[in-house]
Amino acid sequence: MSAQVITVTSGKGGVGKTTTVANLAIALAADGRKVVCIDGDIGLRNLDVVMGLENRIVYDIVDVIEGRCRLRQAMIRDKHFQELYLIPAAQTRDKNAVSPSDMTRVCDELRPDHDFIIIDSPAGIERGFRNAIAAADRVLVITNPEVSAVRDADRVVGILEAEEKYAPALILNRLNPTMVKNHDMLSAEDVLDLLAIKLIGIVPEDEGVIVGSNRGTPVALEPKSRAGEAFRHIAKRLQGQDVPFMDLDKQSGLWDRIQRMAGRK
Amino acid sequence: MDTTTPVIQIKGLRDGLLVVLTGEVWEEQRASLIAQLDEKQSFFQGARMTLDVGSQVLGVTELVELRDLLSERGISLWAVLSESPKTEKSAQLLGLATRISKRRPEENRHAAVEDLGDETALFLNRTLRSGTRVEFAGHVVVFGDVNPGAEVIAEGNVIVWGRVRGLVHAGAKGNRKAVICALDLSATQLRIADQISAILKPHSDPYPEIASINPDGHLQSERWPIG
Repeated sequence: MSAQVITVTSGKGGVGKTTTVANLAIALAADGRKVVCIDGDIGLRNLDVVMGLENRIVYDIVDVIEGRCRLRQAMIRDKHFQELYLIPAAQTRDKNAVSPSDMTRVCDELRPDHDFIIIDSPAGIERGFRNAIAAADRVLVITNPEVSAVRDADRVVGILEAEEKYAPALILNRLNPTMVKNHDMLSAEDVLDLLAIKLIGIVPEDEGVIVGSNRGTPVALEPKSRAGEAFRHIAKRLQGQDVPFMDLDKQSGLWDRIQRMAGRK
Repeated sequence: MDTTTPVIQIKGLRDGLLVVLTGEVWEEQRASLIAQLDEKQSFFQGARMTLDVGSQVLGVTELVELRDLLSERGISLWAVLSESPKTEKSAQLLGLATRISKRRPEENRHAAVEDLGDETALFLNRTLRSGTRVEFAGHVVVFGDVNPGAEVIAEGNVIVWGRVRGLVHAGAKGNRKAVICALDLSATQLRIADQISAILKPHSDPYPEIASINPDGHLQSERWPIG
């Protein structure tokens, strides 16, 4: 077994990287996969909060890198799944405490015993982002249907393409079909038209996501949540299954068109 | 063979360090550079480095590796100087500078109007994404889009076989006869010579356009006449 390392990044902050990491990890674990999440946002950790594991942290990734503990000691088991672990970020250090080769080393050590390693990247395109993508086999770029978020995603895709190493795929988060219909929001087509990369999922706007993050129970656990369903579908696609895109708006043919666009390279 | 010649030379610049690599084998150059850096770690910590690689041909992967090695040592690589166009291109793709600017702004201001008898053009066979800046002392042809946040600055004309949604500046050294053509000109801002236009709105139904400076001296765009 050799794990696939997936980095979730966005350029812009606040578009839903951490929420996405938590939900994909939960959904993959629910499918019986062995998953480790790494919080790459050294100094501003919050993946532990979203996963509801904050009070269990003893060691963090900087402790591992600086040799104060073994890797196994920094891995926190999830509340819901036996085979889901979190390696938290250090709260009291900054990005310079970790280097790209440190990240690669940690991931290489984890690879043999897991199926997926999911890394939560910090916002921006500097050191922390470099660390987060260093070990990645594939990169998921998250954006919102907003002009500023899309522009930052475009920048990130440009950087990833220049390095020819990663196959970036897009997750469009917080889409509101009603606002799109009223022309108050960029449509998925607008975003894909600009970014021109493979779409791996569209997550609809859902208040339940915020509630879930605050409670430490990601929406991927909620069978009825639309956003949760979208995350579960993305997790299936990461496992190589072909899941049709959700029909977020049954009245128009828009989503059929998006599905066609998603199929194109 | 002169074994006393060091493979690398390090000089101080106004805004950082210049490292000049001599020799031929990239692996050797890299190894001796890293060895030197490790020897005087505290001196190099936090430095901004410009690397002159001479005629060495380097791809993106090699430069990324080197940048990571340097970054682990607290050194930020910000420019790569090279005689090889391939290396320059790799560096540009990574957002590294490829020349050290000698700040001489007055040179730009009274640059003579160049005649475009010179038919050199830079052909870019890709979409320019946000954060990319292309400057060229001739015409530029983009086979792809110019996305928001990308910039194309040409001394001659700019032709985009795609959409322009970023910034395009044609005739950047003052040529008012320069034009900008694109399949869709929904740019945030267009510039020709000293004229700036920010009126362009996204078209719902795009058509090819040409932008130029009209006889009144204003930048305007019109539908490309076909047939």
